[in-house]
Amino acid sequence: MYTQALNQKDVAPAAGPAEDPERLARFEARVAAEDKIEPNDWMPAAYRRTLTRQISQHAHSEIVGMLPEGNWITRAPSLRRKAALLAKVQDEGGHGLYLYAAAETLGTSREELVDQLLSGKAKYSSIFNYPTLTWADIGAIGWLVDGAAIMNQIPLCRTSYGPYARAMVRICKEESFHQRQGYEIMLTLARGTEAQKAMAQDALDRWWWPSLMMFGPPDAESAHTDQSMRWKIKRFTNDALRQQFVDATVPQGHFLQLSFPDPELRYDEEAGHWRYGAIDWEEFRQVLAGNGPCNRERLEARRRAHAEGAWVREAALAHAAKRRARRAAERQAAE
Amino acid sequence: MTTIAVASTPLVEALLARADDALVHAHRLSEWCGHAPMLEEDLALANVALDLLGQARSLYQYAAEVEGAGHSEDDLAYRRDAPQFRNALIFELPRGDFAETIARLFLASAAMLPWWQAAMESPDARIAAISAKAEKEVTYHLRHAGEWMIRLGDGTEESHARVAAAVAKYWPYTGELFEAEHPAVAALLPDPAPLRAAFDATVARVFAEAGLDRPRDGWMQKGGRRGVHTEHLGHMLAVMQHLQRAYPGAVW
Repeated sequence: MYTQALNQKDVAPAAGPAEDPERLARFEARVAAEDKIEPNDWMPAAYRRTLTRQISQHAHSEIVGMLPEGNWITRAPSLRRKAALLAKVQDEGGHGLYLYAAAETLGTSREELVDQLLSGKAKYSSIFNYPTLTWADIGAIGWLVDGAAIMNQIPLCRTSYGPYARAMVRICKEESFHQRQGYEIMLTLARGTEAQKAMAQDALDRWWWPSLMMFGPPDAESAHTDQSMRWKIKRFTNDALRQQFVDATVPQGHFLQLSFPDPELRYDEEAGHWRYGAIDWEEFRQVLAGNGPCNRERLEARRRAHAEGAWVREAALAHAAKRRARRAAERQAAE
Repeated sequence: MTTIAVASTPLVEALLARADDALVHAHRLSEWCGHAPMLEEDLALANVALDLLGQARSLYQYAAEVEGAGHSEDDLAYRRDAPQFRNALIFELPRGDFAETIARLFLASAAMLPWWQAAMESPDARIAAISAKAEKEVTYHLRHAGEWMIRLGDGTEESHARVAAAVAKYWPYTGELFEAEHPAVAALLPDPAPLRAAFDATVARVFAEAGLDRPRDGWMQKGGRRGVHTEHLGHMLAVMQHLQRAYPGAVW
């Protein structure tokens, strides 16, 4: 997911003080009662750390996620598609912006968070380390990647931390629009020429498994889920969300008359679920470890933009300081 | 077969000129998306690009109607070759650094705003309507680019040097923005020559605050309105038109 951070173990600082049991109990009671936790409220250090990591990872994913789709803005095949894609990538930048703002309410500045991304310390979603090779990938990303993101993000609209929950409401509205747009691209291709159908099938073949991996490791291996569930940061397990996604998506793919790259995919009448084959978790681990097809390029692109923009940010600060000084001097002269 | 022949008239040419300006400029601005100096500028430059793309679409649609040959906005954008494009040269130059992008956006917006304002009075209702929308958008583009001209001009030694170099680079391309329209469309579109005064005033106001010198009006580069472009446009179109050219007849 955009928030695979929840699958990392929370490492508490070695000499961290123990939480006051009374405050902790009050906090947990509020969360249990579905009260929203707000920035000035007391919260356990581990809750703050977990959320900072999750929200910033979500923000980083939006920002890095601009790159694979941005790759096709200049080549979009019609003016309508170009406008829609540019607007979509812009939306992702907007999501990044208000997620950084939500993370800042927990006490870490955007600059620090961005530095963590650029230094490689902070993670972003594994999915953005795959390349966009044809126009159909833009359709597949909207349909599958945004579709998977929605499955995870709809429950986040009810997450216990207020600023994050509120940011997610708006993000979800935009994501579901993106998802429909992506599916519409796939539909157009699937009803198009033979070459376009082949393009759509190839994109599904390449994006299907990485999309399932977005939900993170199976529950049995996701040690961190318990506490996050109790604190209502997370509301469904990885496997439950993955299953929900598969159940929703498989019929959509069949409607496109495309086939899924999984020979074991079959409908379980009794359970009412689509059963899928084994996920290649080694690939997932390798992508997270930095060995995906585009990890290096994605981070390099972010670092380059940051480094090449340094003089611009310095100029803006220098001008603001000069203007303040001039105004102060004017006021003094007037007195 | 994939390249179309446009049944040209002075009005079609004039509409294409402004549409191509907007599309080509939008393309250059869209190259920043995901790579800008700060997230706020990723959003702002994409916004400007989207406005320009919208202007291009309205103008292509109208040009296609006036042409009456059954062409679509996409035929006009994707199926003409470089010599058929009518944009002013300033828009096709590579995006350069942020100072170049801002200097071009500022100079072009300063020239275009009075043009759109005058075109709002056109007796042609479509031109007036397109202009009314564009005028609002370009007002914002000019404000945004103008504020950055001041920040960069006044900011640091480096930013001042970069933006001054960018102005020097683009200045010789501003003359083309004021080229006279064909006499046959004089009644429908503004005469650009008298709009120079407004451009000069905007430049003077912003440059004064930015601490920048207005370059001398020397030799002006031109050719785009006749289809004689720089080497850059062909590369840009090769990228932009790739899918339409590779899969003729496909619907996207």
